[in-house]
Amino acid sequence: MKNILEINNVTKFYKNSVKALENVNLNIKEGEIFALLGPNGAGKSTLINSICGIVNFNTGTIKINNMDIVKNYRTTRKITGIVPQELNLESFETVWNNVNYSRGLFGKKPDHNYIEKLLKQLSLWDKKDNKIKELSGGMKRRVLIAKALSHQPKLLFLDEPTASVDVELRKDMWDVVKKLNEDGVTIILTTHYIEEAEELSDRVAVINDGKIILVDEKDKLIKKLGEKTIKIELFEPIEKINGNLSKYNFTLDQTNKIISHTYNLNSNTTDITELLNDVKKDGYEIKDINTEQSSLEEIFIKLIKENNNELVRN
Amino acid sequence: MNWYGIKAIYIHEMERFRRTLFQSLASPIITTSLYFVVFGSAIGSRITEIDGINYGSYIVPGMIMLTILTQSISNASFAFYFPRFTNTIYEILAAPLSSFEIVLGFVGAAASKSLIIGCVIILTANFFVDVRIDHPLLMMFFLILTSITFALFGFIIGMYAEGFEGLQIIPILIITPLVFLGGSFYSINMLPEFWQKISLLNPVLYLISGFRYSFYEVSDVSLLTSTLTILTILIGCIIFIIYTFSKGYRIKD
Repeated sequence: MKNILEINNVTKFYKNSVKALENVNLNIKEGEIFALLGPNGAGKSTLINSICGIVNFNTGTIKINNMDIVKNYRTTRKITGIVPQELNLESFETVWNNVNYSRGLFGKKPDHNYIEKLLKQLSLWDKKDNKIKELSGGMKRRVLIAKALSHQPKLLFLDEPTASVDVELRKDMWDVVKKLNEDGVTIILTTHYIEEAEELSDRVAVINDGKIILVDEKDKLIKKLGEKTIKIELFEPIEKINGNLSKYNFTLDQTNKIISHTYNLNSNTTDITELLNDVKKDGYEIKDINTEQSSLEEIFIKLIKENNNELVRN
Repeated sequence: MNWYGIKAIYIHEMERFRRTLFQSLASPIITTSLYFVVFGSAIGSRITEIDGINYGSYIVPGMIMLTILTQSISNASFAFYFPRFTNTIYEILAAPLSSFEIVLGFVGAAASKSLIIGCVIILTANFFVDVRIDHPLLMMFFLILTSITFALFGFIIGMYAEGFEGLQIIPILIITPLVFLGGSFYSINMLPEFWQKISLLNPVLYLISGFRYSFYEVSDVSLLTSTLTILTILIGCIIFIIYTFSKGYRIKD
């Protein structure tokens, strides 16, 4: 699949010499949902704003559909949409005017049928004559999405799309994002809700302190960096781990009945068969076995910690 | 050219004007009426004529110029500062619009609003005094050029202002005094020679003088000088805006 977005060695300094992005390199494939993860202040929004032309970057190149976004800003911006993190809307304007205004800004002639369809898709049609100030936070978020989609972009940026929204609305938003992607829109979302990235994305990048520290397919990332824990519940409590089991890094819980062993999925052999044989050899009777895989969140925290430690060392 | 984009900004701004039509028009009408009461009746009873023109009629071009200048500046500065304040500016910056197209949309709307208000003042003035326009095309030329020039000036203020107070400083502290001291309500020939020379340093004098010429064929300075002054200010504003945009116009930093 071809790249719809190519970012090469992009660096951005703010006026106060704060380095927001450092040599960022990233390619986004057409049709994918890509999640950009990172803690607050990592550079996620700066990167998106640089791509969309909202802030100027200092060095490097950004190409959309193989066109430089500075030289060909008219063509590239026409196919790009952005939903900002904050609810930035004109409070005294109606939903209808707001969305049509956005379409006009992007150089598209009025198409009331399309806007009607869009508002219906986003469950905003019955609010079309309401002023923005009369809407709930969730509705406002939908209006922002409608505005971003008003000119039918091929590449959509969602900057923290579910920040400060309730769980129900978050699930609604996820459905909207999935539907858009099914309709052929490439989506790049920034989030610090790992479950959001886990639920939606095909690939994930982690950004910290202005640098991309990792890019991979979500599933591969979980597999590559993920750890799995096997928890074995015994019928009888044990006082301490010894015998054949002492060669494993088992821990014992407070009930003295559950022993846990953590192993990396990426290693060639997990030795689970041998481990279970050793449990049997030592005469323990197994009541239950449970395995837990590390979530993207745990991987993310681990990565950021490692990266921060490296920064301190350097 | 992104004509739909320019139109979107223009309509959006004019829509704001429509929503606040009463305030937008009531304020200049009331102010004009008060000027006629204070200057026309009180002072006009002492100064009957200037350059053969009835005093009440004489001050009409100055009053229009005062309103056009302040309205153009405040409309354009507010129009561009407001989306910066509410952060809705992101959409304009992300749109396929050139700097020129953004300026055209905002300044076009601000100048249009000023023109409407200017026409309303002429109509209001007619209720108080006889208003004669000897050169209507020249009058429109000055009116349009001044509206555009000072809307550009207001746009610059909107780009640089750090708060709502910042929008008011230049109109209140600089423009209004310059208009009052620029012969809005008198001819500089009525001043002592020293102050006449000082007045010639005031660029607004040239605008008012040229504008007044289009009404009554009387002026403090030549028509050519007036035209060149307004064109110089216009070009100065354009160059400043181009420079600011080329630097990322602060907003893109």
